[in-house]
Formats: sequence, structure tokens, C-alpha cells
Amino acid sequence: MAIRRQSAILGLLLAPATLFLGVFFLLPLLIIALFSFLTPGLYGGVEWSFYHWNYGRIFGWADGIMEVFEPVYLRILWRSLSFAALTVLVTLLLCYPVAFWVSRLPERSRLFFLFLITLPFFSSLIVRLYAWLLILKPTGFLNSALMGLGLIAQPLEILYTPTAVVLGMVYVMVPFMFLPLYAAVDNLDRAQVEASMDLGANRVQTFLKVVLPQTLPGIMGGAVIVFIPSVGNFIVPDILGGAKGLMIGNLVEQQFLSARNWPFGSALSMVIMSVVLTVLLVAVTRARKTGAGHA
Amino acid sequence: MDSLLEIRGARREFVTPEGDRIAALDGVDLDVGAKEFVTLLGPSGCGKTTLLRAISGFEALDGGTIRLGGADLTALPPFRRPLNTVFQSYALFGHMTVARNVGYALEVAGVPKRRREAEVAEALDKVGLSGMGARRPGQLSGGQRQRVALARAIVAKPRLLLLDEPLSALDRNLRQQMQIELKTLQDRLGIAFVFVTHDQEEALTMSDRIVVMRAGRIEQIGAPRDIYRRPRNRFVAEFIGETNLFPVTVDRVEGPTALARTAEGVELLLPAAGRKPGEAITAILRPTDFTLADKGIPGTVRSAVYLGSDLHLFVAPAAGGPEIRVTARDGQAAETGAAVHLAHDPARVHVLEGG
Ligand SMILES: Nc1ncnc2c1ncn2[C@@H]1O[C@H](COP(=O)(O)OP(=O)(O)O)[C@@H](O)[C@H]1O
Ligand SMILES: [Mg+2]
Repeated sequence: MAIRRQSAILGLLLAPATLFLGVFFLLPLLIIALFSFLTPGLYGGVEWSFYHWNYGRIFGWADGIMEVFEPVYLRILWRSLSFAALTVLVTLLLCYPVAFWVSRLPERSRLFFLFLITLPFFSSLIVRLYAWLLILKPTGFLNSALMGLGLIAQPLEILYTPTAVVLGMVYVMVPFMFLPLYAAVDNLDRAQVEASMDLGANRVQTFLKVVLPQTLPGIMGGAVIVFIPSVGNFIVPDILGGAKGLMIGNLVEQQFLSARNWPFGSALSMVIMSVVLTVLLVAVTRARKTGAGHA
Repeated sequence: MDSLLEIRGARREFVTPEGDRIAALDGVDLDVGAKEFVTLLGPSGCGKTTLLRAISGFEALDGGTIRLGGADLTALPPFRRPLNTVFQSYALFGHMTVARNVGYALEVAGVPKRRREAEVAEALDKVGLSGMGARRPGQLSGGQRQRVALARAIVAKPRLLLLDEPLSALDRNLRQQMQIELKTLQDRLGIAFVFVTHDQEEALTMSDRIVVMRAGRIEQIGAPRDIYRRPRNRFVAEFIGETNLFPVTVDRVEGPTALARTAEGVELLLPAAGRKPGEAITAILRPTDFTLADKGIPGTVRSAVYLGSDLHLFVAPAAGGPEIRVTARDGQAAETGAAVHLAHDPARVHVLEGG
């Protein structure tokens, strides 16, 4: 009796959150899921009849008449995943030592550094990426500097290559990796680090057996937050990528905006989402296992 | 004495955020015997933790040396020093089981799993935690965590164990029980303990010798009894136990006893040896040194606190001056406002030279 009333009250309390999630997350998702099984309209939009060749085009059982299997989609998906993984790795390697360094700064400089890290959020991503374009182009800042120093004779071809894309994504994602890492490092129990050394563990052993496991939640958090938007990112490859830097997000964008094939774009989105979800589930369950009983 | 630990001229300065320099260690000399229980005692901020961390290697010295068993430790990093520490916060590894925590020192030293498990079981047994190895630190009570920290620190059989206020987080009953257990464990292991506390009762209970510190210096080193009965100065006298300090002038010497008087006129008897009339000294009497009698210092009971077996009295001398603390045995009736006489044995008076 009391329990039923409680759950009624709970339901009432949760209603706004449910409504919010429903309207802003679930509904669009359902529309995309639905569209991915519909027939593309001749001039954009959809026709309301079931059609599974959207997925067929991607995975290789297209009907061969209207839709043709093109392995390029899987290749681009694979490229996107590896670019995202590389972005996670590079941001992690960059941010992890810096997080330790920052956590040891005096309070004033620490706050200043954290402010600097969030500074990019105050300006437009597009503008910042165009700045990178100016830096990386053959007559840009980087090449002029390197040639001026006599380190290279020919301008480096960085712009419109995969390198430029990963560089741009690393640049965009660094704050997202840094903040969770910093939180974990700042929370690290210094006494445990000292206990480890007191018990005879040298610095490497202490890092592997105490520091790394203790900061693992931050590493996982940062990796997830960087990986998800990286896989679907289309702005960075748009500006810095060229043909060889094309990512799955660009494909989706093209399907919706220029090719006007909404169902195919929806199908691509659904594929990205399921791959990302699978990767996440595997990562989270494995982290659970290794960090079981943590905290 | 064959000393295990030898500290000579240890100095360490810190710069405070305000830019002042403070000497946390201001020339400390200390010897600790191989099987000795030595306590560092002193008010907060007197440098106890700094001294302990200098021994364990987490605080570098600005000057001086630290030797253990004849070998110079001063330049060695903490993980090369053959001693272990029980941390105040316990600092157990939250992501490991109790057994792995305890076996950590052996694990990093590369001891094979078989032998490690046997020694972990032995260490857990010594602290009374047999069979708890599979738990996580988060699933233990404060007292149990304390024991895990202890087992972890003794598993590698160090010759010296450092303990920084390890009992301060425990409640009073458990603390008293752990005091006895720690002392017993130290006897059984036959190793040296350097134990830090700011609690003088704890120091008196457990130590072979007490090191009283103030502002980075050692004020006195001695057995608990020595420190209590024969404090070297006012600071030690007031820090250890309850004390009555009487600044007195020696009036006259009669045979084995001398008579001395405070400025207000309270009269005390003390041993005549070495006393000269007219000399200004400080006489120290503990509350238990007074008895309620028919003769002695006349006074009025200002307040009486009943504490189990004892009655604590504050007596205002009829002549004036500060109230005298007296511990009367239970059964001796003395209510607030009662007129009493305080008698004392002249031999119990401890004298500090100078006023
Ligand atoms: N890392 C430090 N930086 C600045 N001052 C310190 C530092 N560590 C200790 N001190 C100062 O040194 C003095 C002794 O400290 P400590 O050894 O911790 O005292 P205790 O353990 O006896 O309470 C204190 O005045 C303390 O403020
Ligand atoms: Mg301390």
C-alpha cells in the first residue's frame, strides 16, 4: 500500500525528466530508426514503405538494381573508428602527465590553468579550425617556421591528410579528456602512493600497481567522452580532411544535406550508434571487472 | 647501548605561505635501541611528523644524518629504506583485497606466490585478522583497517616500524585496547617502534622511552617515570600529566628538609640536599602527591569532580595564589566549600632550578 503510493509519487517526481529525455533524445532516435527502414523519396524525404536495402548497401546484400553494395562505407566506418581510437590515445598520452603536473601547482596557477583549458569553449569551433587551416597549409605558419629554421626544404603536406584530421580532433578533444583525468588525478590518495613506496615499490611499480588503477575511472571517463563524438565528427574532416580524411559523419551529413537520401543517412547513423554502443559496453564491463570493489 | 637508529643534527626548515621560515626540526639527536618502543610526544606542529617522515625518507633533511644499523640512510629514497610505516590515515589500497594489501611488500620484492601467501596468513594471524584476507578494505571497521595497516607494515619483517598517530581515529575503548595490543606485538616481534602521538597518556602507557618535543627541538628524553617524576623544565612538567607548579623562595634548611614559601605565603617542605636559603626555585607536585590531612597547607575546596575511583579537587590556598589540583582517594569526603589541609611528603617534591 505504502509502497504503491511511494512509487506513484516517484513516478510523478520523475515525470519531467522522463518527458525531457523522451522529447529530446528518445523521439529523434525513434524517428531515425524508423526512417532507416523506409524507401528514399525521389526528391528527398521518405516514402512510407518498408525497405531494407539501406542496410544492404552498407553490409553487402543490396538488391543490385536500385542499390549497390559499396564496401567503401565499411571502410570509412573502420577509418572513423580508428581515427577516434587514435584521438583517444593521443589525448590520453598528452593529458595524463599534464594532469599530474597541474594537480601539483599552487592553487592560483592551478585555477588559471583550468581556466585556460576551458577557454576554447568560449569561441566558435569553426573559427578555431580555420585557424588550424592557416597554420597547416603549405604556405602556412608551421611550414614557414620549419623552412625558416632550415629543418625542411619542401613544405610538409599535412593539410587534407588523415594526419590533419587526427591533429584537429586531438585539438578539439583535449579539454574533454583533460577534465575527467584531472578530477581523477586530483582525487588520488597521496598517502597510498607513499604507502606503496614505503613498502618497497619503486616509482614504476607504484605507478602500475597504485596510481594507474586509482585513476582508471578518470581514464575510462575521458576515453568514452572523447571517443563518442570523435567517431561521428564531421566538422574537423570537413575543414581539414580532404578526400582521404573523409569520415562516417561526413557521409551522414552528405546523405541528409546534398544527396537527400534520408533513409540511407539514417541507416548509417544507426550503424554508427550500434558500433559505438557495443564498444562502450565492452569497455565498461571490462573496467568493472578490473576495478571491481573499487571505492 | 647498541642503537639501531641514530639521528644526528637533523634539521629541516619550511617556508610558510606567508613567507616565514619555520624550523620544523632544529637540530635533533636521537638514538633508538634495537628492541625499544620510543614515543615522540609533543603538541601539534612541534615536528613529530616531520621527524618520522625524515626517517622514512619522504622528507629530505636540510642537514644531519640518519643511520639504521650502521648504514647511512640519509640519501636513500623511501623504497630503499629497510623500515616500514603505519600511516595515520592507514592508506590501505582500496582496489586490492586485504590479503593483497598485506602481501604488497612481498609482491613488489618478487617473493613467490606460495611463500607470500604463507607469510600473509602469518601476519594476519599476528594482528588477529585470520581469514579476512578476501575482504576489501572498504568492508572493514576502523579497528580492522588499523590492523590491516599494521599487518601490511610488518609482513616484510622490518627492524624498525614507524607509526604516526595510528590510534587517533579510534574511539576511546578501542584505542586503549590497541595500545596494549601494540605493545604486546612489539615485544613479540622484537623490533623497534617509533610511535608518534600528542596524547601524553598514550605515551606513558606504551613507551620504553618518551621523547618530548617542542618547536623542532627535543626537550627531554627519558623513561615515562622519569619524564613524569623528574621533568627537566616547566614545559615538560606541564605537558605530561597534571601538575602544580610553585615558584618559591627557600626560607630555611632544617636537617633533611627545607622550608620554602611562595610570594603569597604558601609553605612547602622539600628535600634539603643542595638547597640554600634565599634561593629561588620552582617546586613541582603532582595532584596525587597531596593528601587531605589535619595539618598542612590550609585552603578551601573550590570544586570537586568525581571521576570513577578518584576525586579531583581544586583547592584555593588560604594564603592566596593559584588553585592547587589534588587527587583524593574515593571515600575521603570533601565537598565544595569545605575547609581542608593539604599534606605532602617532602621527598615527592621535584625541584626545577630557577624561578
Ligand atoms: N610541507 C610543509 N610545508 C610547510 N610547512 C610545513 C610542512 N610540513 C610541516 N610544516 C610545518 O612544520 C611544523 C611541524 O609540522 P609537523 O611535523 O607536521 O608537526 P606535528 O606532526 O608535530 O604536528 C609545523 O609548523 C608545520 O606547519
Ligand atoms: Mg603530525
